[in-house]
Amino acid sequence: MDILDLTQIVLYAACLIVATPILGSFMAKVFEGEKNFLSPLLGPPEKLSYRLAGIDPKEEMGWKRYSLALLVFNALGFLTVYLLQIFQKSLPLNSQGLTNVSWDLAFNTAVSFMTNTNWQAYSGESTLGYLVQMLGLTVQNFLSAATGIAVMLGLIRGLTRKSAVGLGNFWVDLTRSTLYVLVPLSLLWALLLTGQGVVQNFTPYLKATTLEGSAQIIPLGPAASQIAIKQLGTNGGGFFGVNSAHPFENPTPFSNFLQMFALLMIPAAQVYMFGVMIKRKRQGLALLAAMSIIFVLAFGVALKAELLPNPVLGTSAAMEGKETRFGIANSVLWAVATSSASNGSVNAMHDSLSPLAGLIAMLNIMLGEVIFGGVGAGFYGILMHVILTVFIAGLMVGRTPEYLGKKIEGPEICWAVVAVLIPNAVILGGSVLANMLPCGISGISSAGPHGLSQILYAFSSAAGNNGSAFAGLNVNTVFYNVALGIAMLIGRFVVIIPALAIAGSLAGKKTAPVSSGTFPTDGALFILLLVSVILIVGALTFLPVLTLGPIVEHFLMLQGRAF
Amino acid sequence: MKKEIILSAIFESIKKLNPLVQIKNLVMFVVYVGAILTTVLLWRNFSPFNLQITIWLWITVLFANFAEAVAEGRGKAQADALRKMRTQVFAMKQVAHGKFERVNAADLKLGDIVECFARDTIPADGEVIEGIASVDESAITGESAPVIRESGGDRSAVTGGTKVLSDRILIRVTSEPGKAFLDKMIAMVEGAHRQKTPNEIALEILLVSLTAIFVMAVFTLPPFAQYSEKASGQIGVVNLTIPILISLLVCLIPTTIGGLLSAIGISGIDRLTRRNVMALSGRAVEAAGDIDVLLLDKTGTITFGNRMATRLIPAPGVKAEELADAAQLSSFADETPEGRSIVVLAKNQFGLRSREVAEHEAHFIPFTAQTRMSGVDFYEHEGRPVRKIRKGASDAVRDFVGSDGGIFPSAVREEVESISKKGGTPLVVSENARVLGVIELKDVVKGGIKERFAQLRKMGIRTVMVTGDNPLTAASIAAEAGVDDFMAEAKPEDKLKRIRDEQSHGRLVAMTGDGTNDAPALAQADVGVAMNSGTQAAREAGNMVDLDSNPTKLIEIVEIGKQLLMTRGALTTFSIANDVAKYFAILPAMFGALYALHGVNGPLAALNIMKLYSPESAILSAVIFNALIIIALVPLALRGVTYRAQGAAIVLRRNLLIYGFGGLVVPFIGIKLVDILLVTLHWV
Repeated sequence: MDILDLTQIVLYAACLIVATPILGSFMAKVFEGEKNFLSPLLGPPEKLSYRLAGIDPKEEMGWKRYSLALLVFNALGFLTVYLLQIFQKSLPLNSQGLTNVSWDLAFNTAVSFMTNTNWQAYSGESTLGYLVQMLGLTVQNFLSAATGIAVMLGLIRGLTRKSAVGLGNFWVDLTRSTLYVLVPLSLLWALLLTGQGVVQNFTPYLKATTLEGSAQIIPLGPAASQIAIKQLGTNGGGFFGVNSAHPFENPTPFSNFLQMFALLMIPAAQVYMFGVMIKRKRQGLALLAAMSIIFVLAFGVALKAELLPNPVLGTSAAMEGKETRFGIANSVLWAVATSSASNGSVNAMHDSLSPLAGLIAMLNIMLGEVIFGGVGAGFYGILMHVILTVFIAGLMVGRTPEYLGKKIEGPEICWAVVAVLIPNAVILGGSVLANMLPCGISGISSAGPHGLSQILYAFSSAAGNNGSAFAGLNVNTVFYNVALGIAMLIGRFVVIIPALAIAGSLAGKKTAPVSSGTFPTDGALFILLLVSVILIVGALTFLPVLTLGPIVEHFLMLQGRAF
Repeated sequence: MKKEIILSAIFESIKKLNPLVQIKNLVMFVVYVGAILTTVLLWRNFSPFNLQITIWLWITVLFANFAEAVAEGRGKAQADALRKMRTQVFAMKQVAHGKFERVNAADLKLGDIVECFARDTIPADGEVIEGIASVDESAITGESAPVIRESGGDRSAVTGGTKVLSDRILIRVTSEPGKAFLDKMIAMVEGAHRQKTPNEIALEILLVSLTAIFVMAVFTLPPFAQYSEKASGQIGVVNLTIPILISLLVCLIPTTIGGLLSAIGISGIDRLTRRNVMALSGRAVEAAGDIDVLLLDKTGTITFGNRMATRLIPAPGVKAEELADAAQLSSFADETPEGRSIVVLAKNQFGLRSREVAEHEAHFIPFTAQTRMSGVDFYEHEGRPVRKIRKGASDAVRDFVGSDGGIFPSAVREEVESISKKGGTPLVVSENARVLGVIELKDVVKGGIKERFAQLRKMGIRTVMVTGDNPLTAASIAAEAGVDDFMAEAKPEDKLKRIRDEQSHGRLVAMTGDGTNDAPALAQADVGVAMNSGTQAAREAGNMVDLDSNPTKLIEIVEIGKQLLMTRGALTTFSIANDVAKYFAILPAMFGALYALHGVNGPLAALNIMKLYSPESAILSAVIFNALIIIALVPLALRGVTYRAQGAAIVLRRNLLIYGFGGLVVPFIGIKLVDILLVTLHWV
């Protein structure tokens, strides 16, 4: 690592630190329904959309109605993407004449984009036409991110309201987050990326003759518009198969920086927004601090592992699987960011990461995508951990546990453990299933412990709604398409529904005033505790199996052994 | 701890091996099932290692049983004593007006009327509706002095099992058979049919969920291991027999807290019992830890309940000693606490001792409502009194002095007004026509109470003084006692209103009460401590009863509640933190040989950072440590963690250091020590 790498890392951190309070405050204004600088422009279309859809924006929804609206809305999104794929051949804007997608792949892809996972068992340029990419995938990129924000807002309202029933209006939250936050930012990012050379057109693929005289097909399409939201909405689904490692998707170091920046921008800002909305900024900053600590630790370990001499390859800082225009530091930073933020886009192949760096990426996902995490999802995810932390440690101050004045009791704990532990169970269960079935084992492309890591990573990525992969695994089979599709569904909704249920339960409670006897949730001690709980609860479940995967692989690599 | 308790607890812990008992604690039930499984497998697959694992699994279960049994045992002794009082008692039940019939006490129903004479045992909880009697309640309160119970007023409640010492009373039965106060007490101190508290239930949900995920993590290992064996080309190198998997599982699931949880709850209630407080629900003990506001009656809690002389202010031209002498003389015959306090004050300030006051020379004049004065007249011989000393309300003394032609000095009048303003009671002292000065009587705040309130404040608890005094008096005592707020001229319904108001702001309120009119407030409060001397209505309404009838106890109750919660949290944290070390013991033992090039040490042997002797010794050490830590923590669970009145941040830092950090480190040391011991003893 040289001074240039270091400068980029520092610059990256600085940009995030500056952007977080600005965007966070702006988002708080938007979601509190206050006037902001976009209101004159976007206020009329917002009102118009309510009128057209027959929605009363003042109507409050209880947690069950809020959840129902969310589920119905997401089901419609799934159906749209599914139908667009299986009838692709008969639809316009299919310049390459791509065929209809098989049912299992269409199911997998539709679930994947609806759940903000963007797991891609297909390769964009050879499977999906422009219409499906735009109308199906890009639209879901917006809506799945907006869904996450809506859940987050419901939970924040649950925490702030006293003896109330309503959590706000799902349709309003959905509309505002799309209209005021996601669309303007995406527009800006798409323009910036196009400026860097990311393609954006409807031209059919080009046929070129290379210097060697052979024919090459060069894929094109409306990429920039999809890539902007893919990063901003922590979706991660690339327009092209190799994602942001593709030169048309991520051509320059600056475009790379823009995409990495967009990746963590909203997940960081939303936590700050939480502090503003509950009128206790320190509470938001404490969560940000906990996230940052784990992030920095993870990045440090991964970078160190990547720079370590590799006795197998006889080199240090192996470049296999990485792009020379980005280099090691940027590839590792992206890998850590994308795995912690539930994004899943890649600019280097995770299958080629050193064992420990791969372990970090996997562990980030296994911890529940709460280190910044997905848009909306990261916040409500970490709040489940906060509830567990407050519950375990809060007792030690001699009071029954409470968070922000709300008592944490049986129902909250019940839902929180569901949200934290069921995804873990899905990862373990799914991986075991794939390990025991021939159709699972057959997908593995590497011998030795790495094969186990490939399966484990796939199910972690699906259940954690991340979408990145140790791409060595061949997953476009009926087994993987269906199994991972189900894992994504469970991983998404088994957190969303508990989060909203907790919101509903908390909203109905009184808020106890703060006193010197209250468990402080904004100090260094709490941050340390939260970090420990996230690491211990997460790691304890997976440590045995990780030992058999990346950990043993690391030790083997040190002995110079490969398979 | 007493020997009998331990002996009977050992016996009880074996009796608790009944699966119907075990299933109530799901975490320990997993260990129980694991122990059965390894035992059964011994027939098929006997090895000294498997035998040792099996034995230690059973010991783990027994240790957890023992913890619970000891906690219960401490209450049992008390319960047995109480139960003796319930032995066959007969009652004289009223069948018609004035006609009584001998019936079995167990057959009494709610609303029956019984008659009790001296030496009778009161057959049931009830309310005195006629008569007055002295009653020996020592069996439940431990207090040997008899108490007065009479119809009407706030001392009408009697408890079944107590003994009438004198006179005759008629009692209306107020409890259903089997639901009497005594029955409730027995049930509570025994911990039998103990209902789990809300926080305990929530904690159990968490513990059971963690257990479930560990079951998943452990039993998904064999397929993963098989894959690894195939990948390494070393079939059969991973040691994943059922006993080993169960060992890993038992080490990972939160057995420490799972085994001690009920003991912590029972002993919390036991700590209250030993302070003579009967919690009628476990929920109340938990709520006590959460209390934000204490409503404290001024009288008896904050002040001694009687006004006392605190200052002597002589009139202009009068010597202080002269005033003190007169004040003391006037109070010799005054047996009220106020009168006594004047004698004591004069003695303490001026060294005036009790003097012989000849009967024939002195004639004491007692206080009456008409004169509002008391005093003493001295006679030379039989004739006119030469000294007429009076003390009393200022206007009464003024009139008395005036009738003798004396004048009331304006300085004294000003002093009287100033004392009244501060909430005190002024008594003016005169001799013949001369006004000597003023005695200031004040409510005296109990020593140390101010510091106690300061501690409470540190813990985030606000104190509110409730008094019937006027606002002026109340304010001055409130300031002196250091309470955070006060309610003056408070009526019982004001208390209720205040509680509701605090609760609507999300605060939890505790209070004490004894009168029937306190009952609604006691019922509304989150923790309502009824005085045992109070009425039946009050005792029914509260969720705790203080047998000593000492309102200051409320503070201790809060502390016990907090300590209970702290203990629970500390041991949970400790239990979870323990897992890290156990992984480092067991995982290398299981997978150490995997991918080994030659010999038995593969790359994962590097994880054996404790340098444990062999895979068997490592697994066994972890299981043994896991069992021993339960028994080692039993005293802590029974005693509760050290409690200090400090702010939450300080308490948290301290407990986290001990139980969080300690929980990480201790098992590393402990497992290593057990390993060394096993090797030394050649058990592995």
